[in-house]
Amino acid sequence: MSVMIILLIASISVAGLFLIAFLWSVKSGQFEDDYSPSSRILFDNETPSKKQ
Amino acid sequence: MPGYLYARMAAMDQSVISPVLCSHCGEECITSGIQSDGKSFCCEGCKLVYGIINQSGLCTYYDLNKMPGITQRVKVRKDKFAFLGDESIAARLISFRDENQTHVIFYLPQMHCSSCLYLLENLRRLNESVLSSSVNFTRKEVTVIFLHNEATLRKIAELLTAIGYEPYISLNDLSEKRPSLDKSLLYQLGIAGFCFGNIMMLSFPEYLGVDTSDEGLRSIFRWANLLLSLPVFFYSALPFYRSSWKSLKHRFLNIDAPIALAIIITFVRSVTEVLSGTGGGYFDSMSGIVFFMLVGRVLQDKTYRQLSFERDYRSYFPIAVSVVKEEKETPTLLPEVKVNDTLLIHHEELIPADGILTRGKAFIDYSFVTGESLPVRRDIGEMVYAGGKQTGGNIEVLVVKEVTQSYLTGLWNRNDRHEEKGQSFVHRVSKYFTIAVFAIALVTAVYWQMHDPAKIWPAVTAIFIIACPCALLLSNSFTNGHILRILGLNRFYLRKAGIIEDISRVTHLVFDKTGTLTDPEKQNMTYEGMPLSDVQQSQVAALASCSNHPLSRAIAKYWGVPGGIAVQDFKEKPGEGTEGYINDIHVSIGAQTSDFHLSQKTGTVVYISIQRETVGCFRFSNYYRPFVPALLKTLRKYYPLSVISGDNASEAENLRQLAGKKSVLLFNQQPDQKLDYIKQLQQKGERVMMIGDGLNDAGALQQSDTGIAVSGQVNNFTPASDGIIGAENLGFLGRFIRLCRINRKIVIGSFVISIIYNIIGLYFAVQGTLSPLIAAILMPSSSLSIVLLTFGASNIAAAGMKLKR
Repeated sequence: MSVMIILLIASISVAGLFLIAFLWSVKSGQFEDDYSPSSRILFDNETPSKKQ
Repeated sequence: MPGYLYARMAAMDQSVISPVLCSHCGEECITSGIQSDGKSFCCEGCKLVYGIINQSGLCTYYDLNKMPGITQRVKVRKDKFAFLGDESIAARLISFRDENQTHVIFYLPQMHCSSCLYLLENLRRLNESVLSSSVNFTRKEVTVIFLHNEATLRKIAELLTAIGYEPYISLNDLSEKRPSLDKSLLYQLGIAGFCFGNIMMLSFPEYLGVDTSDEGLRSIFRWANLLLSLPVFFYSALPFYRSSWKSLKHRFLNIDAPIALAIIITFVRSVTEVLSGTGGGYFDSMSGIVFFMLVGRVLQDKTYRQLSFERDYRSYFPIAVSVVKEEKETPTLLPEVKVNDTLLIHHEELIPADGILTRGKAFIDYSFVTGESLPVRRDIGEMVYAGGKQTGGNIEVLVVKEVTQSYLTGLWNRNDRHEEKGQSFVHRVSKYFTIAVFAIALVTAVYWQMHDPAKIWPAVTAIFIIACPCALLLSNSFTNGHILRILGLNRFYLRKAGIIEDISRVTHLVFDKTGTLTDPEKQNMTYEGMPLSDVQQSQVAALASCSNHPLSRAIAKYWGVPGGIAVQDFKEKPGEGTEGYINDIHVSIGAQTSDFHLSQKTGTVVYISIQRETVGCFRFSNYYRPFVPALLKTLRKYYPLSVISGDNASEAENLRQLAGKKSVLLFNQQPDQKLDYIKQLQQKGERVMMIGDGLNDAGALQQSDTGIAVSGQVNNFTPASDGIIGAENLGFLGRFIRLCRINRKIVIGSFVISIIYNIIGLYFAVQGTLSPLIAAILMPSSSLSIVLLTFGASNIAAAGMKLKR
């Protein structure tokens, strides 16, 4: 039966990791601005040296 | 063929050609003379911005979106940001500073697309002293980090202005920082979700019937459930305790009270069951309720962060003004301006305090304050009031009242906002619900007392567990949240969900005229007088195109400006008119009197002179937004209408036709008269919806039961209100009101369904046979079916009205 206990602890801690990830994402403000990150990723990485 | 007829035909020909649009801002180019790299621009300002961007190799700006720029027609005064050079003012705006770097956050209301984002995040390529810049698009803010040894705050503000994003710095920036978003609801939701899921998983063995041989395992599961329910009970459910405690203190039962009671009773009963080893408890039902309720609440509390519904005069007033002392201009923070200071007010600047004009010609546009569409002239020695905008040269004003004491700010402070706008329908229902539940519990207790006293405790607690009005609250918050979303997609933004119900109960609609029913940007114009030849028309238009005055631009557009006409010796007297020579012919637009806007019964008139001889005039009249006739025609069938305007009565006949015979039309209304009119209606028992714009309606908007502000650009500045509606969507107002009324029906419909569920649950509960399994099936299924019903019904309603979903 102890294997059930181990599974229980394992499953809850995995779920706990996701909970921590969620709390961290809220704290770091990922839900505050949902427009700029999605557009920012589309910009080319032009280096300033390209300027003539 | 007579000359004028020929001219008219030529004009018609011109209008067939599709207009050339400015490569920068997308506005129509009136002259074709302004070009660079084969691109046409509407004005020199746009061309200049293009030059700056092109030079830095940032032309991706123009590739990301079509014509993303902001029109540069109205030039920003050169020294506008001089006040940022003042250390004490700059210090209030800077968020962080060390030996090398300064961090500052600017609010840029013009930000609107990914091109803006691209340009603003590449500021360092425009100016080497900028280390980085990052944009928060939802808040329309840019955080700039720069080396303050190489650039000043003023330089950065001017850099932003030069590329078309003028930072908006208002008196509001002086008050404490904007409160950061409340994230606790999201934390609570996350934790409740986590615990709910795990408790469900751990409850399965109990429902499926674990072997009695696994007694040890079963108690481990029960204890794990108990542990997992603690964060839900003590943290996630906090909003419900708080709100019900608040309502109890005010001696009234709101809908959260029975829910808090249900949560507590479920928890206590479950804990006693686990401790005594008699059962597994109802932890899954309890955490499920909390989780679903929080989801509903998060949906309903969806706020439009980029909009502000609580603006007061501080958001409109500048942060600093120039005070003249011993012939020297010193920028001074507005709150530090004292009586007897002399203020220097530039062209297009707001007068921040009541005062006496001491120098210069004042042409003050009070449209913001009073709704009059025409600027008024004031001479030296006369009073000027706060909130007016100077539209001529510079003037000097001697302050006679402090900023906080002026007529305008008084309007704000005087009105005592009635927070209690009547209790919501849901709360009233929940009161009866709670009483009914208590009655059933009492009857059950009495019954079991007589028959089998051992069953009192399980039966009574089961009643409270199952009969929690969560389905009622869920249906309400999900429907509201969904309707808010639909309205928001159609550019009608409400401050909070409760406004939906307020709108559905409105009995009288009051409209403002200027800026609400009429479009302040446009005018109807007619030409009267001697017919002008083709050449003469284009000469007048060429002169008009040199001016930035809205009336001049309207004339230029009316007759069209062919390229290649040079205007020499161009002069513009603000508030009076313009003149210049074209091929040595003197042309002027304006008035013979020194009064450009000769106000008559028929509205605004602009005179045209050629070789100093008046040849004709343009009459301008109000331009109603195109959907106004249809809107008023629909609305007057269902509601009594009033139109109150700060403007004169020249439009009375037009309006009478639009608003119908029974409507009330009031003109020349001061802001406080508007407010009083709303009060009078309310005293007659009407529930008033006021639709207006501008500061002149601010008092009335707040007094009304529902105040809706109309805004050309929703992200721009609107007075404090319950809702903001995009001007072009005002035509849908009738449908919006209907949707709000349907909202109520949907809520009632789902109430009925939830009551059926409650009756089924109670059937088991009163007998004392409510097993955790039945509770665990009944609760989520009732919640889910209600969520589906409300979503489906409100979507069907919106689709029926052809609104965006």
